Amino acid sequence: MTDLAATDPLPKPKRDLAPVLLPIALALLMIPLIGSTSSWLTLTAASLAMGMMIFIMASGLTLVFGLMDVLNFGHGAFIAVGAYVATLVLAPFAASIQADSLWMNLAVLAPAALLSMAVSGALGLVVERVLILPVYGQHLKQILMTTGGLIVAEQTLYALWGPQIIPMPLPASLRGSFILGDVAIAKYRVLAMLIGLAVFIAIQLVLNRTKLGLLIRAGVENREMVEALGYRIRRLFLGVFMTGSALAGLGGVMWALYREQVHASMSDDLTVLIFIVVIIGGLGSIGGCFIGAILVAMVANYGGFLVPKLALVSNILLMVAILMWRPRGLYAVTSR
Amino acid sequence: MTDLLKLSGVHTHIGRYHILQGIDLAVPQGQVTMLLGRNGAGKTTTLRTIMGLWQASSGEISLAGMRIESRATPDIARLGVGYVPESMAVFSDLTVKENLVLAARDGPLDDAQLDWIFGFFPALRRFWLSRAGSLSGGQKQMLSIARAIIEPRKLLLIDEPTKGLAPAIVMALIECLKEIKRKGATILLVEQNFFAARELGDSVLVMDNGTIVHRGEMAALAADVPLQERLLGLSLEAHQ
Repeated sequence: MTDLAATDPLPKPKRDLAPVLLPIALALLMIPLIGSTSSWLTLTAASLAMGMMIFIMASGLTLVFGLMDVLNFGHGAFIAVGAYVATLVLAPFAASIQADSLWMNLAVLAPAALLSMAVSGALGLVVERVLILPVYGQHLKQILMTTGGLIVAEQTLYALWGPQIIPMPLPASLRGSFILGDVAIAKYRVLAMLIGLAVFIAIQLVLNRTKLGLLIRAGVENREMVEALGYRIRRLFLGVFMTGSALAGLGGVMWALYREQVHASMSDDLTVLIFIVVIIGGLGSIGGCFIGAILVAMVANYGGFLVPKLALVSNILLMVAILMWRPRGLYAVTSR
Repeated sequence: MTDLLKLSGVHTHIGRYHILQGIDLAVPQGQVTMLLGRNGAGKTTTLRTIMGLWQASSGEISLAGMRIESRATPDIARLGVGYVPESMAVFSDLTVKENLVLAARDGPLDDAQLDWIFGFFPALRRFWLSRAGSLSGGQKQMLSIARAIIEPRKLLLIDEPTKGLAPAIVMALIECLKEIKRKGATILLVEQNFFAARELGDSVLVMDNGTIVHRGEMAALAADVPLQERLLGLSLEAHQ
């Protein structure tokens, strides 16, 4: 009898929980170092909220990286465009935003976010067709084209909105904090956590419960074989690219509200963080991206509190440490 | 016997290398055509060129009379060509079921077809919900072939299915391919294992340096030891 007859039990696939435990371990390790429980809880909540926003912005990029091996250095343009487009809705309805009614606030915020996603997604369609399609498989040209696209996008935003920083105040009902004993957790951070978690669950459901998701997962692993099965992966990639761009737009709106301001180069610092998240998560891995985003945010927040001078390099050190442990990222999906 | 697949004067360049140098071949309907040759002769390139994974620089490829050399890979697959690559290329992060669901392009999995496949690939039923990455090499090869036959295909291109497998698994795999052949499949099969080639092949093409250097009946080649040694550098006896 051979193994074709399946006489031997198949070894159970190991669940790789080490990356999941990493942020938990890091958070627990910080308790004695930070000293104050309330400060630790505040920093942890800030980390989770920031991590969720970074995850939303990075999730599309990791699939684009993993699925089509495209280096999109212009991803930040979708973030800034998303934030600016939101101002088009929020500015005329400033009174509704400042009204002390959660429903009135959401009635303006939700359309603003949806419009931002639609415009960023449409911009993604144009970018893929015009900038990326001619340079598939050519990494250096992809970097040049998408970096050029980012510069053009930023300058266009300056031309249309001017060089000044545009304020984007938080809606009245999202100001302030939830008070739990002597711990204060900002309401907006809770909302950001919930939205990030919802996006993560939605992406996981699509990837694991639909044929479209199967195609994306298979395409990340071996796009040539997906084509040999009869699927036009370029169309699939276009869909993923547009979705990733739309999510970056949503992330841009959330980040602008978090910082309460919009400016054309707002994505410059974020882009570095997003690339770190994508790399340490493992190209094409949504789970890795999720954990990576939380880790990056934790290191930024805890590091900024404990050793402010290290804040600038803390995430680079995190990336080095993760890649020394797992050279292809927390969850390696592709062989690249 | 009509020819399902025909290649005429096909050249393929990969970068600056001229790999296929004017291939002429025909694969008759309902037969297993073996494509043999030493390493680097161009066998895998031939299959990949037919599949559109590498574009032919010149020449004609026709499937059931339809020109396909300039078509994209998904279009060629949709014309009814199943491909089993040398690397097996199962999606290791997906379960056995998910691999087959993807391969069943035209709709839900057909129960009768699945039962037929499970008949000679019982491991796939048992490990239905297991990740393909955790299967053994032989089981992955089964899955790779099952993926190609989960829906009716006009033509199967199979690249070295026995490579790297234990002898007992090779024997079982040969029986599986015989069963597929009995169903009337048309197969172009690249194989280094001459024993497997003799068991399965109706006709044979031998490649060397990007050209076809011999064509004929598989049985005739199997019976002609000097010819085997001249074309392949080995004899069946030596191989066994």
